[in-house]
Amino acid sequence: MPELLQFLLSGITVGAVYALVALGFTIIYNASDVVNFAQGEFVMLGGMITFFAHAAGLPLPLAALIAIIVTAGIGVALNKLAIEPARGAPVVSLIIITIGASIFIRGATQLVFDKQLHRFPAFSGDQPILIGGATILPQSLWVIAGALAVFVCLWLFFTRTLIGRAVLATANNRIAAQLVGINTNYVMTLSFAMSAAIGALAGVLVTPMTLTGYDVGLALALKGFAAAMLGGMGNPKGALVGGLLLGVLEAMTAGYISSQYKDAAAFVVILAVLFAMPQGLFGRKSTDRV
Amino acid sequence: MRLSSKVTTLLILAAVIAIAPVFFPSSYYFRVGSLIFVNGLAVTGLVILIGYAGQISLGHAGFAGIGAYACALAPVHLGLHPAFAALLGAALSAGIAFLVGRPILRLKGYYLAVASLGFGILVSMVLSNEAQLTGGPDGMAVPELGLRGALKAIGIDLSNTEFWYAFSGFVLVLGAWLALNLHHSPTGRALRALHGSEVAARTVGVDVAHYKLVAFVLSAVYASVSGSLLALQNKFITPDVAGFMHSIEMVTMTVLGGAGSVLGAILGAAILTTLPQVLTIFQEYEQLMLGLVMMLVMIFMREGLLPSITRRIRGRGE
Repeated sequence: MPELLQFLLSGITVGAVYALVALGFTIIYNASDVVNFAQGEFVMLGGMITFFAHAAGLPLPLAALIAIIVTAGIGVALNKLAIEPARGAPVVSLIIITIGASIFIRGATQLVFDKQLHRFPAFSGDQPILIGGATILPQSLWVIAGALAVFVCLWLFFTRTLIGRAVLATANNRIAAQLVGINTNYVMTLSFAMSAAIGALAGVLVTPMTLTGYDVGLALALKGFAAAMLGGMGNPKGALVGGLLLGVLEAMTAGYISSQYKDAAAFVVILAVLFAMPQGLFGRKSTDRV
Repeated sequence: MRLSSKVTTLLILAAVIAIAPVFFPSSYYFRVGSLIFVNGLAVTGLVILIGYAGQISLGHAGFAGIGAYACALAPVHLGLHPAFAALLGAALSAGIAFLVGRPILRLKGYYLAVASLGFGILVSMVLSNEAQLTGGPDGMAVPELGLRGALKAIGIDLSNTEFWYAFSGFVLVLGAWLALNLHHSPTGRALRALHGSEVAARTVGVDVAHYKLVAFVLSAVYASVSGSLLALQNKFITPDVAGFMHSIEMVTMTVLGGAGSVLGAILGAAILTTLPQVLTIFQEYEQLMLGLVMMLVMIFMREGLLPSITRRIRGRGE
């Protein structure tokens, strides 16, 4: 039994990271109908900038804050320079633009920083905590708490605040939102800033456990994308559940079947879910307008 | 007499392939040329899927992997001649595309993207994990095709790079000819109709699911043959051929040059294949430049390079 619990705990930790990336996907998708394949690069930037700011002598919390703000700025720049000029382009073009952005950010990072792997100290030490025969790192608790906190904040933001409702209105129908006086450009900027900040936060939380380097973003983006699709694109609840589900599934596959095929399990399940429910677990059914 | 666009395209393609070697200062250029043709073939298949039918796939490298590993494995385990191994790979790819295609193609847009991506990743994972069969991430050797020896026997003596330049160029022209014929066939018209609007196509009696599947299977065969050619000319293959980045490269080449036009997509393949060779001088900046090119072309030339440029030239002429 402790074995199962151990796999579950490590699965939830990894799943919380996927959930954070998936939440980032969800926000941008809601505001602009774009799946941002550069989402993983935000996670990478969060970790890398924190490391280098910390190495330059800044205290860790300040370094993390700087990383999150800088990454949010890069998110806004991505929207202004690459996504807005391409409004209305077909899905294939948008996919290539955001993948191009992700390659660009990776190239820039390796120039500005370096190609090494880095880590900074965990927030509350590296002493594992014992739970019913299984162990969990304190940093894992930080990651899980981070994912839950972000989810709750987003939920409050979208349901309880005026600007949050404006984002939802824009997602629903851009022109109608403009007609009732919503500044949709501002909504887009805000969405990219939030999404990038959440990605950077994930990077800050996870780097003490998994290390960071200029090329860690792509794998995270693919998993986060898969998690978001599993839950149903555009639904924050779906992103959270999809992320956690994916993480647990991977951990179980690695533990009981084959660690080589842990990534395969995720994609097999996604294919199965999409075949049975083409809109994902929580997605709404869509109809074509002719 | 005015030549049809099909004949013009084929003539341009054949002429460029035949004349370019005159300007080649070294055998290295033959090598780059044959790589362009191999990529061009895969991209021509994607023109059918993306350009004609308007569907997307982020997993076509999976089929290239199947074609490549068929050439590596079938001669050793089944005793097949490499040429028949390539055919077996193409048949296998077609079969798998047929089975996977029907459920996958019910999905649209990003859902289709993630499903095809998942398929491609599964193939590359099997190739790198079944090490006792495929040599794992280290790759494995591929036997000689043997056609060059046969040509030598009848008096045509080509160096290795020259032979592969000519042979993959020939296969590319053949592939382009088939794709262009398809464009003007009833199938091609059905594909373009469902690209415009699936609902409208269905109401005029187009079996949408069937024609999407046809496009998917055809493009899978193109990708598979391209993978086989790559394996045979390199005489060595690694699971990277089936990797996600290769899928992305294929789609980018197609869309960069112009997904709606065979010649444009091949131009895209030529640019993206030569770009890294040119950029080795600026190795540090390679990724930066590649990302920048991808973004700029997609933002400022949405239809891709060739259609945008020809439109601009025509616009000026009138």
